[in-house]
Amino acid sequence: MSYFELMGFGPKGWGWPMLMAAGMTVAVASTGFLIGAILGSLIAWAKLSRSFVARAFADGYTTVLRGIPDLLVIYLFYFGGSALLSSIGQLFGGSGGFVSVPAFAVGALAIGVISAAYQAEVFRGAYTALARGEVEAAKSVGMHTLLMFRRIIAPQVLRYAIPGLGNVWQLALKESALISVTGLVELLRQSAIGSGSTYKPFSFYFTAAMLYLVITTVSTWGFQRAEDYSMRGLRRA
Amino acid sequence: MAAPSPAPPAVAIRGLRKSFGRLEVLKGVSLSAADGDVISILGASGSGKSTMLRCINMLEVPDAGEVAIGGEVIALDKDRRGRMRPADGSQVDRIRSKVAMVFQSFNLWSHMTVLENVIEAPVHVLKRPKAEAVGEAEALLEKVGIADKRDHYPSHLSGGQQQRAAIARALAMRPQVLLFDEPTSALDPELVGEVLRVMRALAEEGRTMLVVTHEMGFARDVSSRVVFLHQGVVEEEGPPAQVFGAPKSERFRQFISSGR
Amino acid sequence: MDLAFMAETFVKLLEGVPLTLKLAFSSVALGAAIAMLLALMRMSGLAALDWSARGYVFVFRGTPLLVQMFLIYYGLGQFRPTLQELGVWWFFREPYWCAVTALTLNTAAYASEIIRGGLQAVPFAQVEAARACGMSGFLLFRRIVFPIAVRQALPGYGSELILMVKATSLASIITMMEVTGIAHKLISQTFRAVEIFICAGAIYLILNFLVTRAVMALEWWLSPHLRGAPQARPSLQPAHA
Repeated sequence: MSYFELMGFGPKGWGWPMLMAAGMTVAVASTGFLIGAILGSLIAWAKLSRSFVARAFADGYTTVLRGIPDLLVIYLFYFGGSALLSSIGQLFGGSGGFVSVPAFAVGALAIGVISAAYQAEVFRGAYTALARGEVEAAKSVGMHTLLMFRRIIAPQVLRYAIPGLGNVWQLALKESALISVTGLVELLRQSAIGSGSTYKPFSFYFTAAMLYLVITTVSTWGFQRAEDYSMRGLRRA
Repeated sequence: MAAPSPAPPAVAIRGLRKSFGRLEVLKGVSLSAADGDVISILGASGSGKSTMLRCINMLEVPDAGEVAIGGEVIALDKDRRGRMRPADGSQVDRIRSKVAMVFQSFNLWSHMTVLENVIEAPVHVLKRPKAEAVGEAEALLEKVGIADKRDHYPSHLSGGQQQRAAIARALAMRPQVLLFDEPTSALDPELVGEVLRVMRALAEEGRTMLVVTHEMGFARDVSSRVVFLHQGVVEEEGPPAQVFGAPKSERFRQFISSGR
Repeated sequence: MDLAFMAETFVKLLEGVPLTLKLAFSSVALGAAIAMLLALMRMSGLAALDWSARGYVFVFRGTPLLVQMFLIYYGLGQFRPTLQELGVWWFFREPYWCAVTALTLNTAAYASEIIRGGLQAVPFAQVEAARACGMSGFLLFRRIVFPIAVRQALPGYGSELILMVKATSLASIITMMEVTGIAHKLISQTFRAVEIFICAGAIYLILNFLVTRAVMALEWWLSPHLRGAPQARPSLQPAHA
């Protein structure tokens, strides 16, 4: 069977499963990214707060989560989550067997927790890049905090954060490949399944690499468009 | 005037032309400097004086014309895109080791101490023994007045001290010709004097110097010849007394009276 | 929180540290050499070299490290007969060499951008001064451009070093028993994920701390020019001759 037959969309072809797996990759990565965005903004806010405890916690969080391998975090959520669910299951009078966690949830959560550490740094940097003068001008015309946040701070922070967020998104995509250890059928796991079935590992992993490159390229283009749109009206150096 | 000497001029440039894009900066400039000449090159910004100086050591390559150092012509040919470039890289390196340049922004190497800056080229380009180079470097630093700064880094020195270190670095090459590209333009007024003093001492020693400068005092009192460039052409040339006393060019008259 | 268990786990995990460090340092060292080559290719001015290097960086930064590792460890198995004929199968059969290769090729891509950034940050004025003294080619590169570029690139490279230490954990997926590999084995045996996670995480954090400190020390050693001026030593000469 030639490579094109193997990866095609015919009866013996693996084209559809691979494309669906690529879709799963994007799905788990974006869900994780969004979780990371919400969590990350909270942590960034804690980092900038006046409370020593909040700052210490936030700094600890980012240091730890950026310093330990992503794989360990995934194992924690996968095995730890299962252990947790199993003991909860036992509490509720279950049979005491091993309850495994839904792989998608574990994956998205793990990516989210890791991504939050990086996104917190991006948001914090973007916020400090914001000209103090603009916030003072907003205060001086009598804007209250919530309005100021919504109209002045958030839009500008987003604008400065886009390049950094683009990088974090690429990280999330790469982490999605690690989620394959939980059994979630994203692109890498699908390639493993395919190669196990046809004994043509190179063809499958090569195809996976090509698909990742496509996703990466489209993402880069997308973020560049977002950056250009957000910078409209600004003169650049 | 003494009888014409049979020795070739230290620096001879003929018919230099240079354009940057569509802007023609040098439109046929010729100049000749004999041994011991101190030539001040004056002109408004954009007149091409720095470009002319930088053509002498091939930091810029002229589009047309000839540059000869001590009678040796620097060979040029065209690259693939039709632009002029030196034909022989080792000839250029050799000539550059005989022609030393002092830059407007000093350009000392930031990761080396003052002493290391001064011995760097003698040791690595001229292959002199390190001990000899260090001895000579210390004498030169003494001469320019910053012997106590030998183990300091450029970032610890004032502008005037850095420029004097740069002069010591240039002298360490035992050059036949010294080129100065606006040596005092980046200095605070109080520091200009210390550098000009050093340059004056060098001139009195009989060194061959070509100095692009805005310092009229130096041009008038220290140089043996003054050249005035305007829009890429030599408008006025001659000994200072003649040029400043009875300028032929109206533009030069305006130039010296306006101060720029 | 069973401290006795954690202490025991900690000691077991430490056995994986030598392999972690071996993987990290060999791939960074080999990767740096390739990265230097790639950076020079990018800056060579020759379109063929420039675009080849760009292509390499694009592929290795655009695909996950795990995919690269699988391609080498599992994927090359598809060409086993050919590789055996070429006499290199023994290399690609070993998970250690596959891991080192994948890590090396991956870090080379990221490091080449860091090195390129460092080279471009060398102030052109200082290069010109060196040219004006008659320096060119390799001499100019060795004495002026490279030393300055290294100092500019060091902070970025320090981050890359930390990332590589973390990346070695992926080798556990292709059977290597470095720290994460041992951690995984212990978790599947005891199911005490949280405690083992804490121990393994602590080891990586300590490793990162040590690496960061080492890089900071290197930066400090390489930049006396950014610190204060040397104190004038009291002169031993008499004030008057």
